[in-house]
Amino acid sequence: MSIDQSTAARVAKLARIKVEEDQLPALASEFNTILGFIEQLSEVDVEGVEPMTSVTPQRLKRRVDEVTDGGQQDKVLANAPDAREGFFAVPKVVE
Amino acid sequence: MAELNKLGLAEARDALRAGDVTSVELTEACLTEIEGAGALNAFVHNTPEIARDQAKAADVRIKAGDAPDMCGLPIGIKDLFCTKGVPSQAGSRILEGFLPEYESTVSGNLLDAGAVMLGKLNMDEFAMGSSNETSVYGNAVNPWRRGNDEAALTPGGSSGGSASAVAADLCLAATGTDTGGSIRQPAAFTGITGIKPTYGRCSRWGVVAFASSLDQAGPMTKSVRDAAIMLEAMCSHDPKDSTSADLPVPNFEAMLTGDIKGKKIGIPAEYRMDGMPEEIETLWTQGREMLADAGAEIIDISLPHTKYALPAYYVIAPAEASSNLARYDGVRYGHRAKLDQGDGITEMYEKTRAEGFGDEVKRRVMIGTYVLSAGFYDAYYNRARKVRTLIKKDFEDVFAQGIDAILTPATPSAAFGLGEASDDPVQMYLNDVFTVTVNMAGLPGIAVPAGTDAQGLPLGLQLIGRPWEEGDLLNTAYALEARAGFVAKPQKWW
Repeated sequence: MSIDQSTAARVAKLARIKVEEDQLPALASEFNTILGFIEQLSEVDVEGVEPMTSVTPQRLKRRVDEVTDGGQQDKVLANAPDAREGFFAVPKVVE
Repeated sequence: MAELNKLGLAEARDALRAGDVTSVELTEACLTEIEGAGALNAFVHNTPEIARDQAKAADVRIKAGDAPDMCGLPIGIKDLFCTKGVPSQAGSRILEGFLPEYESTVSGNLLDAGAVMLGKLNMDEFAMGSSNETSVYGNAVNPWRRGNDEAALTPGGSSGGSASAVAADLCLAATGTDTGGSIRQPAAFTGITGIKPTYGRCSRWGVVAFASSLDQAGPMTKSVRDAAIMLEAMCSHDPKDSTSADLPVPNFEAMLTGDIKGKKIGIPAEYRMDGMPEEIETLWTQGREMLADAGAEIIDISLPHTKYALPAYYVIAPAEASSNLARYDGVRYGHRAKLDQGDGITEMYEKTRAEGFGDEVKRRVMIGTYVLSAGFYDAYYNRARKVRTLIKKDFEDVFAQGIDAILTPATPSAAFGLGEASDDPVQMYLNDVFTVTVNMAGLPGIAVPAGTDAQGLPLGLQLIGRPWEEGDLLNTAYALEARAGFVAKPQKWW
């Protein structure tokens, strides 16, 4: 599988990372190197093998569905680049 | 007592309890040493005021007889751990200015036990790297050099600052984290000990996430005994991490008897790589002889899927990273790009992440995005997870045959020069070829310094243990350490 520039541009878009047009050929080439390395996995016979979901066999713990935390608005907002009137502020989302 | 910063945890603990030294004295010795070690670029956020306050408090506790093992011992904390009110950037520009409102469970456990935090340690950005060259703070430097050659060497990565600081005696020990070898490879490159415990032993809560199914914290120390002491203090069951194990944490230090008579040590054929340097091969043979000398039975074993661990890792780790790092969006914390007139929220995300992430992080986030994208999920991500099942089964099979631990080289080479390997990402990834299997299988693994190469650089051996049997693994490492007798230290040039 070879990645072209338009695929590289699509991946960058999906990842929400701005990549300048002139950087796309180098990026596509790096992807191809790494994917070429990963390609070895196609040699492995995985017929009937379950994909791993948890590396240690364990059941997730359950707990009562009740509020255990909260009321820390000031702390939650303390590191925000732009917080106003108790909210996170972002550029206009809806036209 | 001269040169208190050179003490290990066990010696310093005993000296504190005997009243021969105070935590304040230990702490001042380390702070002085850190001030003179700017050239190593190991400590990147110094916290001398916090350290002095904690040292005074520790001395009171020790006097009162309420002193856990770590009480009063000055250590460094990898920048990946969130520390309340102290910069915690994961080596990234995107977390510039971030001051956590909370303490990670692991660093909290250490501080509750009375440990003294000297500051935060350099690392590869988001723990993605094997040379500490992807850090926003610049390279951490290995205190070791090739003889009289002044070329700067890598301390390894991603816990490069931790390794450099411990090897150079800037602190008594340090925390590290290990997703594919990030504790064990730098430990081997700097002649120190580092253990990654079983997945789930240490809580991941408050540790900046890279690949959640692989990440584990662990200690980086000057001896196996120190690793046992510090690991016990770091481990706990934590309801805030659903993958944290609800198992009692043993007294690991008490398990260090050095007696490994009759233990079965596996030597996996697949770890003999083409083009492996002669010195690594020799060291591995010596390690085998040392364990045999201690009474262990050496058994040749096979772990047939070893070769596929690294490519499977480079699907799974980037996939998890692309998901975990989606949170850096310029909204809740860290960096936000300056926006142009008319820029909307998508431009904000794209510009923020382009400015905030370094090249290696961008590369991995995008690879992860690709392998998870529609049409490729089965071919890459699901296939890698199936291969992971097979890798784990390889280990289960040999443990079922009665193998107690597995001996391998820790790294395929000694420390390399900064800038020597950074051009080709895949070449850099090969650093983790012996360590990454352990993360894929969730097992405990420890790197022990065992010798030097022709240029005088340290080399390490790795022991891999059964799940949850860190105590037994540490004891085998203790027997290996005693026979290797590695005492070399880097000559001070910084």
